[in-house]
Amino acid sequence: MTEKFDAIVVGAGPAGTTAALVMARAGMKVALIERGAYPGAKNMFGGVFYYSEVLNQLIPEFWKEAPIERHIVRRVTTFMTPQASVSMDYENSNFGKPPYNGVTLLRSRFDRWYAQKAVDAGALLVPETVVDDVIRDGQRVIGIKARRDQGDLLADVVIAADGVNSLLAEKAGLKKSKELRRHSISVTAKEILSLPSETIEERFNCAADEGVAIDFLGACTQGIQGAAFIYTNKSSLSLGMATDLNSLREHHISIADLVESFKEHPSVKRLVKGATLKEYSGHLMPEGGYKMMPKLYGDGILVAGDAAAMVFYTGLSLEGVNFAIASGFYAGEAVKAAKAKSDFSAASLSHYQKLLEDSFVLKDLKSFRSASSMLANKRFYTVYPDFLCTMMENMFKVDGKPRKRMWGLMRQSMKGKISMMDLAKDGMQARKALL
Amino acid sequence: MNIEDKLFQIRFNVDTIPHIKVDLKACDSCQEKWCLYVCPVQNYKLEEGKMSFAWQGCVECGACRIACEKGQVVEWNYPRGGYGVCFRYG
Repeated sequence: MTEKFDAIVVGAGPAGTTAALVMARAGMKVALIERGAYPGAKNMFGGVFYYSEVLNQLIPEFWKEAPIERHIVRRVTTFMTPQASVSMDYENSNFGKPPYNGVTLLRSRFDRWYAQKAVDAGALLVPETVVDDVIRDGQRVIGIKARRDQGDLLADVVIAADGVNSLLAEKAGLKKSKELRRHSISVTAKEILSLPSETIEERFNCAADEGVAIDFLGACTQGIQGAAFIYTNKSSLSLGMATDLNSLREHHISIADLVESFKEHPSVKRLVKGATLKEYSGHLMPEGGYKMMPKLYGDGILVAGDAAAMVFYTGLSLEGVNFAIASGFYAGEAVKAAKAKSDFSAASLSHYQKLLEDSFVLKDLKSFRSASSMLANKRFYTVYPDFLCTMMENMFKVDGKPRKRMWGLMRQSMKGKISMMDLAKDGMQARKALL
Repeated sequence: MNIEDKLFQIRFNVDTIPHIKVDLKACDSCQEKWCLYVCPVQNYKLEEGKMSFAWQGCVECGACRIACEKGQVVEWNYPRGGYGVCFRYG
């Protein structure tokens, strides 16, 4: 006989594990299926996990036991040309105090630690198992087909938390793969570079346990829409770059080559000097967010986390894990409510959408839904970083010639780069996206 | 550091069955060859006008699946459970 669960969660990342944890704690029979050898084996992200109130409610003071690398107390945004850079450097000592505004993590450790919480609550973790399809009864999803002998498993509800590529949401008819290309989707390449912790603290001017998140815009991406980053872990750096797929195609530049040349920039070279490569990885990021979200529920199925494109990207903020955890939590809550009524129809599960709409998840994604169009503006990656660096150069360079007053200096730095018309247009676009 | 040296730092449990099947003849006639730019591990290569693809070093990101305009990537799937890339840091 085929085994039957109350719920099957596909994918033991932050979204899936949260959903499994919530349902298992409510006494439900839950299977948490993971295709990797262990939770986290297939997962990668830039490196900063921003505070999750939901996680704090599920595991009070989670930071005391979670495998955290460093607390981020400084956030730096650097605009660069090939020779120069201008940085906005923000530091807040409160960010270094509990509950910690942001922390660096390594996913293979964090995801494994977190999935164990779901197991402790009674969920059955099934690793090394790929799910190929859903099982249907008419329109209704009633289980999954795993790629193994006797791989059919039944459940009242299936939660697809299988990541950005979510083949399962496609199979369930909630998402079309062909449409993905029309949205903002980024490929990230990242290196884990090992350095002694004392060297990191000296180089990045931070205390033990504290760290820095630096984002780089401009020459590092050679005109391509995207950004580079360096985040400090305990005794390693997460260095990488996220670039828009369409933009890479237009420019005929390889993401792998971009990362390599980024490390040669004079402002970056000294930060990574002497570091040894421990791991190289790549991943997709659904940064189109709200505009590329699939249908979030159907008869007997819900979609959560990256599979549902719940990534918050405004150009300055880039968050995903906290959104994934919250969406997994509301998915779990919606299933609990459906179970109380013994009704797993799409109408009943639409409660999930309602919970998300009432929370920061869909509120934030909706508020900033125009940010992805603003971020597709090439000038943010080319002329603006160049303008800022030129402006600073014109201001600080001493060459014995008479100096211009500020307005003249600005006009001089803009010359041949930005027209007043473009400036006005981009200002309007930024207003629509952010203000 | 070249990409081959970087690949040595990634842990793989290589499956005997390819999880991505590519029609390389169709690739040769493709004008765009976007896979060359979007694959973070440069598993797609163009040498002397011939395209090649090595699935063994795939990090399973899915970039080629989305980028391939003409659908030469005829079949994109995950490797069998437990096989493929296995991040130690992530």
